[in-house]
Amino acid sequence: MLTIEQAYWLIALFLAGAAILNLRGRRWWHAAFWGVLAVLIAGGKFVLAASAAHNPVPAQLAGIGVIALAALSPRMTRGNLSERATAEREADALRLRHKLFGPALLIPLVTLLVALFGAYIVVGGVRLFDPERMTLTGLALACVVALVAALWVTRARPLAGLSEGRRLLDTLGWAALLPLTLAALGGVFAATGVGSAVADLVRLLIPVDNALACVVAFGLGMVMFTVIMGNAFAAFPVLMAGIGIPLLIHRHGADPAILGALGMVTGYCGTLFTPMAANFNIVPVALLELPNQSDVIRAQWKTGAVLLVVNLILMYLLIFRF
Amino acid sequence: MTPLLHYLPLLGVLVVVAGFALRFNPVPVVVIAGIVSGLAAGKSIGDILALIGHSFVSERALLLFVLTLPAIGVLERAGLREHARNWIASLRSLTFPRLLIAYLGLRQILSMLGLTSVAGQAQTVRPLLAPMAEAAAEKRGAPLSPEERNHVRAFSAATDNIGLFFGEDVFIALGAVLLIQGFYAQHGIELEPLHIALWALPTAIAAFIIHAIRTVLFGRRIAHPVMQPAHDEQAAD
Repeated sequence: MLTIEQAYWLIALFLAGAAILNLRGRRWWHAAFWGVLAVLIAGGKFVLAASAAHNPVPAQLAGIGVIALAALSPRMTRGNLSERATAEREADALRLRHKLFGPALLIPLVTLLVALFGAYIVVGGVRLFDPERMTLTGLALACVVALVAALWVTRARPLAGLSEGRRLLDTLGWAALLPLTLAALGGVFAATGVGSAVADLVRLLIPVDNALACVVAFGLGMVMFTVIMGNAFAAFPVLMAGIGIPLLIHRHGADPAILGALGMVTGYCGTLFTPMAANFNIVPVALLELPNQSDVIRAQWKTGAVLLVVNLILMYLLIFRF
Repeated sequence: MTPLLHYLPLLGVLVVVAGFALRFNPVPVVVIAGIVSGLAAGKSIGDILALIGHSFVSERALLLFVLTLPAIGVLERAGLREHARNWIASLRSLTFPRLLIAYLGLRQILSMLGLTSVAGQAQTVRPLLAPMAEAAAEKRGAPLSPEERNHVRAFSAATDNIGLFFGEDVFIALGAVLLIQGFYAQHGIELEPLHIALWALPTAIAAFIIHAIRTVLFGRRIAHPVMQPAHDEQAAD
């Protein structure tokens, strides 16, 4: 059976390979960074199992690993990794043409097929795909299939997969790690009561008898909290428990379904404003080799701001009508 | 608990805001914020380390996108980006706004069907959408300046984000809608997932319209090469 755990092992292998290549290139900081991360990813299941059995030591060691990664991050300069000459790439592009799209499109296609039909594939009485996180398992499988196809189409050596993958990984550098680190911070914030403190602050500041003030405070609170946490999912329970349910639903009679749906998408507007949503706003800065960390946010914040106003108006007009 | 103690963990938030504002490397900023917040809440160092380690490894699915890199890297080595550019340049009627608006619509619809991992910054934006958008923008007859190129790339990344966010919220089987339903169920309010999902539709449509208009406006702005004053050209060299 194919499981998400095998996908994690694949990531760890790739990271370890990148560490070895950097070691051979005498790029010690990069080697250490990817090496530590490989161990953390490979050991993830063990850490979680130990935590569940009330043994905190592996999780504490993982925590030390995270701190080591944080200390190494500022050393992860992009450097100059040699890429194949532009003229050679142009020549290949003219020769291979649309054949190059095939493997690239296999990634979405195989992911799609596994998402749609993975549940029905049975081999020898066992389901081929673990139903837990099946789409992500499908994505991992799609990456392997696409790599094989890419090597076949371009007639590259199999090790080119590792060296070219490592070129892109080093281009990403610490940005690859930021989504995970922020998720860890989210866990700490949740456990230390940051959420309820913010909700209490908002309630201190607004006139609770005014429905419009409550709508605006709820909407802006969702945005503010999403900006801080980088994730509307983390903001939702806090703002609903602090403002949505007691004030809007119970006191002012708002419709829960509309409030929930519009509240969540209002939070999504906040995701467009914040570097904390690193996988959407910081990772592409590194992937596209843009000069400023805020370039992607600058390109999208206006859409988010207009949409936020639209959402607040929709919320005020709709939640008290139905 | 005294009021001051209740608000003390917010210090962690302050660390994050200050760190990002001062443009420090975000990874250590975030880790330090976690430690500060934990200490302010009166947790021991051992507890904080365990909390950070545990939360970090539970979210390791966020690193899955790196598995796309070997295949994309091999294809890039053989000229994938160059070909994507050449191909779009040969399609005369495919203008920059049309390309990006079509991508936005497709991304929204795929996300509404729950197919969020099908596209993404690593899977589709870097290898395909960004070079295609550059080629489409260069149909004005002049190459893009470095600043314009960066704008076009950032706008492509933004389009992917907006398509993802404001499609995914309408999908009923996982993610946002189930989180909303689950939260209400815990608080004694029973709702149908479809009922919640439908109320996210107006926002999804508004997001498409707003971003499509912005794409057209942005397309117009880069449709004509900026006349550079002579001294600027020298500075660029």
